[in-house]
Amino acid sequence: MAVDPWADKLDAYLDGELAPSDAVAMAGHLRVCPDCTAAALQHAQLKLVVRTSGKRYEPDSQLRNKIAKIIRGKTQSSSGWRHFGWQWRFAALAALIVLVAGAVINSRLLSERAVRRQVYSELADLHVATLASSTPVDVLSSDRHTVKPWFQGKIPFTFNLPELQGTEFTLLGGRVTYLRQTPGAQLIFRTRQHDISAFIFPEASGAAAGLPSETGSQLSFDVETWEQNGLRYFLIGDVNHNDIRALSKLLRDAG
Amino acid sequence: MKGPDQRLPATTFEDLAMPLFDQLYNFAHWLAQNTPEAEDLVQETYAKALRGFSSYQQGTNFRAWMYRILRNSFLNSRTGLKTMVALDEDGIDESLPAETATPESIFIEHSEKNTVHVTLEKLPVHLREILLLCEVEEMSYQEISETLAIPIGTVMSRLFRARKALRELLQQSLLLGSVTESSRGGRDGS
Repeated sequence: MAVDPWADKLDAYLDGELAPSDAVAMAGHLRVCPDCTAAALQHAQLKLVVRTSGKRYEPDSQLRNKIAKIIRGKTQSSSGWRHFGWQWRFAALAALIVLVAGAVINSRLLSERAVRRQVYSELADLHVATLASSTPVDVLSSDRHTVKPWFQGKIPFTFNLPELQGTEFTLLGGRVTYLRQTPGAQLIFRTRQHDISAFIFPEASGAAAGLPSETGSQLSFDVETWEQNGLRYFLIGDVNHNDIRALSKLLRDAG
Repeated sequence: MKGPDQRLPATTFEDLAMPLFDQLYNFAHWLAQNTPEAEDLVQETYAKALRGFSSYQQGTNFRAWMYRILRNSFLNSRTGLKTMVALDEDGIDESLPAETATPESIFIEHSEKNTVHVTLEKLPVHLREILLLCEVEEMSYQEISETLAIPIGTVMSRLFRARKALRELLQQSLLLGSVTESSRGGRDGS
């Protein structure tokens, strides 16, 4: 039996509860003290047999399942409000997404509307300015075979003009114009003493890209716009809507 | 597996508690010493722990918390009230026989698991439980201190007494066994 004071620390050493410095000192002591080494071996053996014998009872799997079921049941019922909260949170999140999406869409719509208004406003200005000008057109001709070639080299696209014979429309001529820094063609048609401007721009230029085809009134002018063969057409004039629609049909058929 | 969980992730009661099920049951059985009561004890422990889980402080030792609930449930049970005796932490239990030899090597030689089991069952509950917590559950002194709600110094002294008592009881049973064997051998030989 160990008789030196180290014996008191044997259990703590074997339990891994000694401070690191004490454990090192104890290990050193065990190397030189046969009595303490023998005692340590006995203590370790006792620990081992208790550990082995102590792991004896195993629960019935039914008990485990029963308890697990109770836990799940109570957890779910007690967290019902939490789940309810999650539903609300989910709903709130969904509502937020809808709001944000709505705001984005609305913002986009507002932006598109602003662009459209800006485009129509600019076109109206061009139309009025052209009509007020002493030289409203740069190519003065009612012949489509004269007007169309005149634009060659002046604008980066070409277009077709309709045969107006037998219609209520007369071609007065054309000029190069600019919409949002994009060159295009402005053609002046007349019907019953009313002038209509037809603007043509490349759709891809972005000057008026993405505008929906539509008919309506803008700034007290009747307008119509559409996209065809990569070109954006605008008709604007102080005529009735049927005239705008009729000219539109002629141009579409020619395009 | 020494040392408590220092950090607990945010998780459910089931995730934390169910992995302890087997060892809690084993401990409950060692305390109650019969299956129906052990099962009731475990069930009661889980029910109480689940009810009190909201008050459980994350970051503290969950295992020690569960064992404390189980032990308190046992102490409040009819068996627990009957088996637990008033403890004199500093005194030596005079009812235990004095240590006269080292039985560990003899035990290892015989490797009689059942002998240790029976001997453990003979230990007073307060000594049995601390041995089981230390050796079987491999709890640190700190964890045992938290589980049993006693100071670490008491953990050490009680562990010492438990080991001493176990050794002496093993010694007794081995001596009894050898006496029985020799008397049987004598009768067989006559």
